[in-house]
Amino acid sequence: MQITDETIDYVGILAKLELSDEEKEQAKKDMSSMLEYVGKLNELDTEGVEPMSHTFSVHNVFREDVVTNGDDRENMLKNAPEQKDGAYKVPKTFN
Amino acid sequence: MDLSLTAVELGKKIKNKEISVVEAVTAYLDSMDAKEKDINAFITIDREGALKRAEKVQKLIDEGTLTGPLAGVPVAIKDNMCVDGMLTTCSSKILGNFKPTYTATAVEKLEAAGAIIVGKTNMDEFAMGSTTETSYYGATKNPWDLSRVPGGSSGGSAAAVSAEEVPYALGSDTGGSIRQPAGFCGVTGIKPTYGRVSRYGLIAYGSSLDQIGPLAKDVTDCATVLEVICGKDDKDSTSVEELGADFTSALVDDVKGMKIGIPKDYFGEGLDPEVKEAVMTAAKTLEAKGAILEEFDLSLVEYAIPAYYIIASAEASSNLERFDGVKYGYRTEQFRDLHNMYKKTRSEGFGAEVKRRIMLGSFVLSSGYYDAYYMKALRTKAMIKKAFDRAFEKYDVILGPVAPTTALKLGESLNDPIKMYLGDIYTVSVNLAGIPGISLPCGYDSKGLPIGLQLLGKHFDEKSIIRAAFSFEQTRPYKRPEYAVERGQKHA
Repeated sequence: MQITDETIDYVGILAKLELSDEEKEQAKKDMSSMLEYVGKLNELDTEGVEPMSHTFSVHNVFREDVVTNGDDRENMLKNAPEQKDGAYKVPKTFN
Repeated sequence: MDLSLTAVELGKKIKNKEISVVEAVTAYLDSMDAKEKDINAFITIDREGALKRAEKVQKLIDEGTLTGPLAGVPVAIKDNMCVDGMLTTCSSKILGNFKPTYTATAVEKLEAAGAIIVGKTNMDEFAMGSTTETSYYGATKNPWDLSRVPGGSSGGSAAAVSAEEVPYALGSDTGGSIRQPAGFCGVTGIKPTYGRVSRYGLIAYGSSLDQIGPLAKDVTDCATVLEVICGKDDKDSTSVEELGADFTSALVDDVKGMKIGIPKDYFGEGLDPEVKEAVMTAAKTLEAKGAILEEFDLSLVEYAIPAYYIIASAEASSNLERFDGVKYGYRTEQFRDLHNMYKKTRSEGFGAEVKRRIMLGSFVLSSGYYDAYYMKALRTKAMIKKAFDRAFEKYDVILGPVAPTTALKLGESLNDPIKMYLGDIYTVSVNLAGIPGISLPCGYDSKGLPIGLQLLGKHFDEKSIIRAAFSFEQTRPYKRPEYAVERGQKHA
């Protein structure tokens, strides 16, 4: 499958990645060859086969909604690139 | 101190007061000091913390509070498992300064059993790779030959055990990431049944495939560690009740009547003849001990890698959305607005292989392609699972190689992703089917590099593969790489 510039730009938006022109060219090549390779699955007749995400039957797991961990705000904020007044600071999102 | 001791042997000596915990921890920390320049198995070494904890654990042992087999024994943790307050990078620039505020359940269980964490091991970035070369912190080298890769993605854990920088380590396995490096480094590793070990605190790559497991010098260590870390955890709803989790009871030298299936499709084109010979010799050894061998067609083997890369990349693209420069980790320095900040942070923070998989994953999940790729892969997964179910109606254990070759030269597969992916041909289907697998050394090629044997079992039947592996192991002594022997002597 040929990957166009439009496809790479679209995937870049979905993946939240900004690629340089050089990276884009490489990504086009890589993705074409990857898709060609995984396209091998098309040889396989999967008609009537249910898609499987879990290999053994899983059920909803319920538990009481009780808080067991304490307030860890201060510690967690230590990892934040930027913080202000006990919250994560991000660039302005609208004017 | 003798660094060639297994974890269980060392635990015994500590219990009998032949070695103190501080002595043991110091010996391994010194071993790292002597070898890390060559091996680069560690991203973080916590000398101070480990020594402090050693004193505390010694007290608990002396009081009789800690009595388990791993009490006082040092351990290394793959750098994708969170340890409270300890740098956890996933070998990525994007988590270069991340110190978790909680500890992964599997690690917590080891700590409760008296383990001493001495450091965090190198890996492929976000566990994406089979060579540990995609690490932002430099490649790890194979102790058997420093010009070769240790395998991956748990290459740091495997190399650290092999080089005797630590008696055992935890790794994680999404498509072979415990078993293949264990094979390349001549150590033993178990990828447990999906759901056996809690994934809480394991930084997710492919959530439906990831499992944490041990890497150690022998089967006894692996069974002992697995017994400690397994079990249902409220914090991971995919973890399950313990079924037959008394793994050490399976350390029995007896395979009489055990039915072992050998998939013909694991011995075809692409398999190195020396690997083939060693693995078949191992099968014959088990036969001589009373096991019943039979060849069969597993089928679908060539479809496992394509299905795996679609599913793993799709899950990765979703799991790695959280790295956006807001709550933790790296943030780009200059940006126009929020969205631009996300994009620049991620583009600068992730390495090439990670970006490649995030993009592939985003594509196969995008509208218009979802059915053709992602759903197709999930259907293939169902067929692969069924093929294993059919095989396990006839056999107790499936036997084959871990990888088509022994350890590759550094740089050999880095520029050809598909070539690297093909090296996972015997391991990925195990993750798709969710079954357990063990990898242990079964021979050496003409270059002197270790060859791995892989044994696969039914869901939650780790005990059969442990029994088969233990029985095989009794026929051959553990071999140390020259590097570890020489460096150990020099240092002692």
